Amino acid sequence: MADTLPRWEHFDHQSDIGVRGLGHSREEAFAQAAQALTAVVTDPALVVERESVRVSCQALDDEMLLVEWLNAIIYEMAIRGMIFGHFTVGCQGMHLDGEMAGEPIDVERHQPAVEVKAATVTCLRVTCDEAGVWTAQCVVDV
Amino acid sequence: MDLNRLLKKSGTEWWLAPSGRMRVPGILFASEELVRAMDEKVLEQVANVAGLPGIVRASFAMPDAHWGYGFPIGGVAAFSAEAGGVISAGGVGFDISCGVRTLRTGLSIDEVEPRRAAVADALFRAVPCGVGSTGPVRLTGSELDDLMLGGAHWSVKRGFGKVADLETIEEEGVMAGADPDAVSPEAKRRQRDQLGTLGSGNHYLEVQEVVEIFAPDIAAAYQLQAGEVVVSIHCGSRGLGHQIGTDYLKLMLAEAGRHGIELPERELACAPLDSALGRRYLGAMRAAMNCAMANRQVIAHLVRETFSEIFPTAELTLLYDVSHNTCKEEEHEVDGQKRRLFVHRKGATRAFGPGHPGVPAVYRPVGQPVLIGGSMGTASYVLAGTAEGMGRAFGSAVHGAGRSLSRHEATRRWKGRAVVDALAGHGILIRSPSLRGVAEEAPGAYKDVGAVVDAAEQAGLARKVARLRPLVCIKG
Repeated sequence: MADTLPRWEHFDHQSDIGVRGLGHSREEAFAQAAQALTAVVTDPALVVERESVRVSCQALDDEMLLVEWLNAIIYEMAIRGMIFGHFTVGCQGMHLDGEMAGEPIDVERHQPAVEVKAATVTCLRVTCDEAGVWTAQCVVDV
Repeated sequence: MDLNRLLKKSGTEWWLAPSGRMRVPGILFASEELVRAMDEKVLEQVANVAGLPGIVRASFAMPDAHWGYGFPIGGVAAFSAEAGGVISAGGVGFDISCGVRTLRTGLSIDEVEPRRAAVADALFRAVPCGVGSTGPVRLTGSELDDLMLGGAHWSVKRGFGKVADLETIEEEGVMAGADPDAVSPEAKRRQRDQLGTLGSGNHYLEVQEVVEIFAPDIAAAYQLQAGEVVVSIHCGSRGLGHQIGTDYLKLMLAEAGRHGIELPERELACAPLDSALGRRYLGAMRAAMNCAMANRQVIAHLVRETFSEIFPTAELTLLYDVSHNTCKEEEHEVDGQKRRLFVHRKGATRAFGPGHPGVPAVYRPVGQPVLIGGSMGTASYVLAGTAEGMGRAFGSAVHGAGRSLSRHEATRRWKGRAVVDALAGHGILIRSPSLRGVAEEAPGAYKDVGAVVDAAEQAGLARKVARLRPLVCIKG
């Protein structure tokens, strides 16, 4: 599995949808989870990197840090009317500095499927397995 | 769902006996077929809610229940502040006061049918919908505070709609006890451009025909008749409510331990009603309720403007506006005693029966309208609250069909264009900015709404009044 990293995927939830990022590090898994979040809305490959936005967040544990990170992205998407296609994450302990690059939503080109309301604590998990693969996941409410 | 864990009380009532941390039983109202089709997770969530402090009588699931966040969607639970009860941000959810508003058009299907495509196109242009859409009003700081206090009254004062509309909105259009100071700057910022927008996902605006009347006496009181065209709006408190849910879920998670609350699932994050955090959430949630009612009032105005362009003599009057993601302080009789309770309805509609003072005077003799959304291709229903329902689940009923398939599975099975074409073949015009969004919301991804409302009626939760057929659906 490690040779297919980093990557993202979705998983099923009856009402909404789960986002999962996998990577060689916590930071990489978090960045991939953010890509999965974008893929809930549109094909990330359709997003042009025109503008960058920086965010910072913190939490008491890895799992809540993932929720904070995804909710920070959801907030920036909502207030800026943007969609982001590239993410970089740096963490120091439970403090995260993130940068995301994207563009204003273009309804014709992006065909945005759905607005994300929030990252939730349902199916929330941040783990590192014995092979050193980090998984960061939760369900997002749409 | 494994029926062996349940005790069958009747054809539409199933009990989960208290065990483990449960303080009260779980009660599911549904037909055997609907119960069998429910995810096991529903029962787990019903049991978890039954273990929360101060819960009264039972943890209920409506016939449309499905896997939600902490509470099942289609969950109802009441809590007593005097008994150490809680209020749960997860129990209300992220789409605070999402609800349905239905307007009578006074037009017949014969008048609308020849102009149906024009109506669909004009509504799609007039009502902002989908990701990134912005509304007709940009709210400044003090305006937003006024809106959070004034609800639909604020919208009417700003020229969106009529004073008469307020009589047939739940709470007469304004929820008392809202506290704009309990709403974060982020939540306020998120709402700035979103008033008068429909949103996306399962939110919609439908033009519908009344095709069947089940209870002529109640339909007459609701001024509904077969062959008439109505318009239904399904949306909520938009970004404000989403951010309030996010903010308070985090705060309640952080404080739960301090209040001695053990959470079987983090999504059940809650705070004692009698705590500073509980009171602040109540104030913020009520602000979001007002935002939702103001939002649907503005959208109704846009609908009226659109209809007046195509049908200059049409006068659209409000049947009702009711929310289905709320926590409300209400008086209910429990074991012969009147008690003040905080009733959480997550994906469940208030359904007060005849004579209840909370029902608008014009509908009080017959009970309140209960507006049940469909799924683009299927019917919607108007139900009425019943006296029996008051004693069943604190005057609550279903809210819609409820999903049976995930969004992921829906897009595996259907393509948006094919869904639009298939529905057009059935005489239903779809307008949406996103074909993928249409695929995710394909009618086949939902339960049979007819079976859901039949079960609600058989369980005594509400009575069927009218069935509505979609003609046009604007999907966000």
